[in-house]
Amino acid sequence: MIELADISKNFGKVQALHKVSLKVQSGSIHGIIGENGAGKSTLMKILTGFISKSGGDFFFHSESIDLHSPKDAREIGIGMLYQEPLDFPQLSVLDNFMAGGTDFSPVKQRTILSKLCNSFGFNLDPENKVEELTIGERQQLELMRLIRDGAKILILDEPTSGISVKQQELLFDALRSLKDDGAAILLVSHKLEEIKLLCDEVTVLRHGKIAGYQKRPFAHDKMLQAMFDTLPASQPPAVKHIAGEPLLDFRKVSSKTGRSGLHSVSTTIRSGEVVGLAGVDGSGQSVLLRTAFGLLQPESGSISRFQELETCAFIPADRLAEGLIPGLTIREHHILSKKTGPIITSKSGLEKTRDAIKTYSIRGTPKTEVENLSGGNLQRLLLSLISADIQLILMENPTRGLDVQSAAWTWKHLHARLKAEGAIIFASPDLEEIMEQSTRILVFYNGSITLDTPTKATNYQQLSRAVTGERG
Amino acid sequence: MEVSIPSLVAAILVMAAPLVLAALGETLTEKAGVVNLSLDGTILLGAMSGFVIASESQSVLLGFIAAACTGASVGAVLAIIGVRLGQSQVAVGFALTFLCRDLAYFLGNPYARQQGPQLETLQIPILSKIPFLGEAFFSHSAIVYVSLLAIPGCYYFLYHTRQGLILRSVGENPDGCWARGINPLRVQILYTVIGGGLVGLAGAAFSLAVKPGWGHPQGCEGIGWIALALVIFGGWNPIRVAAGAYFFGMLQLLGIYFQDYFTTIPPQIFQVAPFPLMIFALILINLGHKSRNQKLTGWIKLFSGRPPNWLGKTYKQT
Amino acid sequence: MNIIMQIRRIVLISVLALGAVSLLLILLGISPLTIGITLAKGSIFSWLKFNHVLSVWIPLLLCSCGLLFTFRAGLWNIGVEGQVICGAIGATLVLRLDNTGLPPAALLSLALFSSFLAGGLWGALAGLLKTKGGVNEIFGGLGLNFVAQGAVLWLILGPWKRAGMASMSGTDLFPRELWMWIPPGWRVAPAAMVLVIIIFLLTSLILNASQFGLKIKAAGFNPQASRLFGIRPGLVGFTAMSIGGGLAGLAGGVQVSCVYHRLIPSISSGYGYLALLVVMLAGYKVTPVPIICLLFACLAAGSIQLPITLQIDSSLSGVIQGALVLSGLLVYGLQQGKSRGH
Repeated sequence: MIELADISKNFGKVQALHKVSLKVQSGSIHGIIGENGAGKSTLMKILTGFISKSGGDFFFHSESIDLHSPKDAREIGIGMLYQEPLDFPQLSVLDNFMAGGTDFSPVKQRTILSKLCNSFGFNLDPENKVEELTIGERQQLELMRLIRDGAKILILDEPTSGISVKQQELLFDALRSLKDDGAAILLVSHKLEEIKLLCDEVTVLRHGKIAGYQKRPFAHDKMLQAMFDTLPASQPPAVKHIAGEPLLDFRKVSSKTGRSGLHSVSTTIRSGEVVGLAGVDGSGQSVLLRTAFGLLQPESGSISRFQELETCAFIPADRLAEGLIPGLTIREHHILSKKTGPIITSKSGLEKTRDAIKTYSIRGTPKTEVENLSGGNLQRLLLSLISADIQLILMENPTRGLDVQSAAWTWKHLHARLKAEGAIIFASPDLEEIMEQSTRILVFYNGSITLDTPTKATNYQQLSRAVTGERG
Repeated sequence: MEVSIPSLVAAILVMAAPLVLAALGETLTEKAGVVNLSLDGTILLGAMSGFVIASESQSVLLGFIAAACTGASVGAVLAIIGVRLGQSQVAVGFALTFLCRDLAYFLGNPYARQQGPQLETLQIPILSKIPFLGEAFFSHSAIVYVSLLAIPGCYYFLYHTRQGLILRSVGENPDGCWARGINPLRVQILYTVIGGGLVGLAGAAFSLAVKPGWGHPQGCEGIGWIALALVIFGGWNPIRVAAGAYFFGMLQLLGIYFQDYFTTIPPQIFQVAPFPLMIFALILINLGHKSRNQKLTGWIKLFSGRPPNWLGKTYKQT
Repeated sequence: MNIIMQIRRIVLISVLALGAVSLLLILLGISPLTIGITLAKGSIFSWLKFNHVLSVWIPLLLCSCGLLFTFRAGLWNIGVEGQVICGAIGATLVLRLDNTGLPPAALLSLALFSSFLAGGLWGALAGLLKTKGGVNEIFGGLGLNFVAQGAVLWLILGPWKRAGMASMSGTDLFPRELWMWIPPGWRVAPAAMVLVIIIFLLTSLILNASQFGLKIKAAGFNPQASRLFGIRPGLVGFTAMSIGGGLAGLAGGVQVSCVYHRLIPSISSGYGYLALLVVMLAGYKVTPVPIICLLFACLAAGSIQLPITLQIDSSLSGVIQGALVLSGLLVYGLQQGKSRGH
């Protein structure tokens, strides 16, 4: 139905996609799998007309077509289900369903909506506001809207992240029935299990290129091999320090912030630990980190800090937007984070900044404004801002958006600076990272800790079940 | 002055008519996610152009059309710099406020304190004969009827038409609209221009009906800021916004009545008092909502609006 | 950004704004040249006229310095007008004191200090409404402007009314010895000049070369992230509002003690709003502010001649100022759009 031939995309000097070719037949599900930064999202943006390709051809029913805007993509029946639903939270379910449609007759559309709901087994109240729905329900609504709009080619981006097992089953059933009706479906995921469950064929992307292609039946190891340069070594790190005195104690901490909030979370972090917070994005890990740092106040429960733990450092996932101050230079960040005199001279902090730039190999000068740094450099800058006496480091997705080298450097650095009396708590949606780096794992599901285990005592299967909400 | 309830209601309706128009225009603009801060200047420029054109052409209708076009042009300038070019809408709106105000005084100078045409009272046949209601609601100039009809009209448009849904969606999430094949910038620009047109109309409502004539000062200075505040504290809901406008009209009217009763207090105080009173009444309502935020009952929830998600932010098309 | 780019930008802005205004004048049958000459004559062609320019420049620069603080903190302090008025009230309060036994110099200094305090309190109030009440600072400030305007009217027509008959022309003049010293042939007090220059240099130092200035900038640019650096953005914003209000108040104090020697209803003369335009045109940077203030002061002072010699409304100066700011925003927008395109 659609065919991509040698699609390339450059962003300045960076080549995000290099000669990617694939076909999606009607009545089939084609999986696209790859690591973070493999080029999946660029590919999807091209297919939906958000960005235009730099080279190659796009064929629709063997006819070459250029997509200039999402409108063009919509007109040929391409519909996309985004990981973060692109909907209107303050409007009602019915309004969302009608938005962008050509027909505005609430009575008729309400009937269409309830018919679609019935046929897929979804249960949505048209009068509810969308902000009151779960991510899974918002996804269901978007899916029905796309079908109402006559989408024949459906693109789904990580559709199962943040939704319950029940919702996942409903979604998969819906996709299967759409496939039987002749839709062409492109499923983008990094979960091998769901690819195996649903797809008829799969393309593996790595560093913007096609690294593998398979048809059913799939060979698991070959797929992994294609995704990663080498098979991930799921060896837990050598325990450098024995877990010692308690540093941080959460007692029945609850919060209403975030996608799922926190529900009466109790745990104790001890010195010497590297604690990995596993779970689907938005299951409570971020709220826990922010509450621990003091950015959020818990609704109930208490957090106690032990020993001389006065300061800790927090590095958020969105490094530039939440962790740094765009508009200020590297040197100004160093001045802010270290105690200097009230007056800033041309020398203040300069020496320290130069040292940091050298030690942390940040590609920039003291005068570089931080928004001009790339992801890896931003992370190294953030690490360089943490002063040596900080014991507890809190990190959200420490290697998100980093290339393999930067990620490896980050972890080497973190392990090297961890002292016996300090600890690291980090959240990551990537189970392999959690398995490789942490000494203890807390699994979050829907705002609660559902599994608390030393890394040695668990395995990938147990973790992945816990993350998706299966017990035992 | 004889005070009867119908005449009081009628006076409030007249006093508030321009404010209703301006506040509704701004509601449309803000619902689409754009802040047009230039109201106070736009109203004056509209009042001036309306009066000048009406005087020159001896046609009140042409005056109103000119005022609406003036307001729409100001909206267009804001749309170009603040929406298309992505500069701070607050900054652009603020600069426009003062540019328009001074432009109005400068251009209108030759027409200051001159006699000009004004809108006549239009008695609605039969209805105006109804006792009580007739005097209160059906013996007004056309612009008052327009302001009265604009309230349900605006509400219906926003919540019961496809274009209204598009408008609200753009203010909520322009990316979502772009994905649905709607060009959010085009929608924002359109409603900045239309909203500006309504604000311009409000200006002519002053100079051609409510406070006829032109001068420096005209007498409608400050109303634009009240209209802006009304939109915010009215929760971006046309009905509540209009209710606030009538409340302000009432305050102004009370000021005029009290002036005659309390002769010891200087009259200037009564002319100025409605402004701070209004803003602080609105702020108090706002604070009241905030403090009970924990357990908002359904009823209070009805009266506490949330701003459109994208209000004032710049949308950059990828 | 390099200097050539800067100059190009300045030229572009001026050409655009002045071109538009000239076109308007020509359409109205007025020669832009005549206007230009009249404006220049009324502002810089004589020592006396230039003195008048300086008397506008002083309060304008004081308000602008205050606004630099609040803009740096990412806040729209629209309440400057009210803060100027409060400062004027604060100064008048001190200067009306009887039998203090203090020497005039001390009383005048006390008056200026009191004006700083009063303006600062008014600014702090808007800051408080914002941080504690969640009221948008634009509307909080606006409300406080209206209140201050009402208060000054009430004082002038009520408790502080002229001996005999209350009048909109203001309170009684202060005794002669409480007038700030002005040399013969001058119209501005040298003390006020010195004060405003010191304030500007201090503002420049604090904002561009101090830890506190950097904190304001950080809190303004990214309040959320600034918390990770141990900054409390709410407190920083509140402080900036207080300082901004204080400096605006000082402008009011100067108007009362050095210019009018009494309290008048229009004591702020719209300098607060004008200062907002100044700082916007300066692109929120410190260095261009005194120059733009001088330019705006020349326009304001020169335009007084317009109705007298040419029968043209003096609001033309406001039109030119507004056009400059608007074309400034337009040029910034176009240049940004261009650099994004690359």
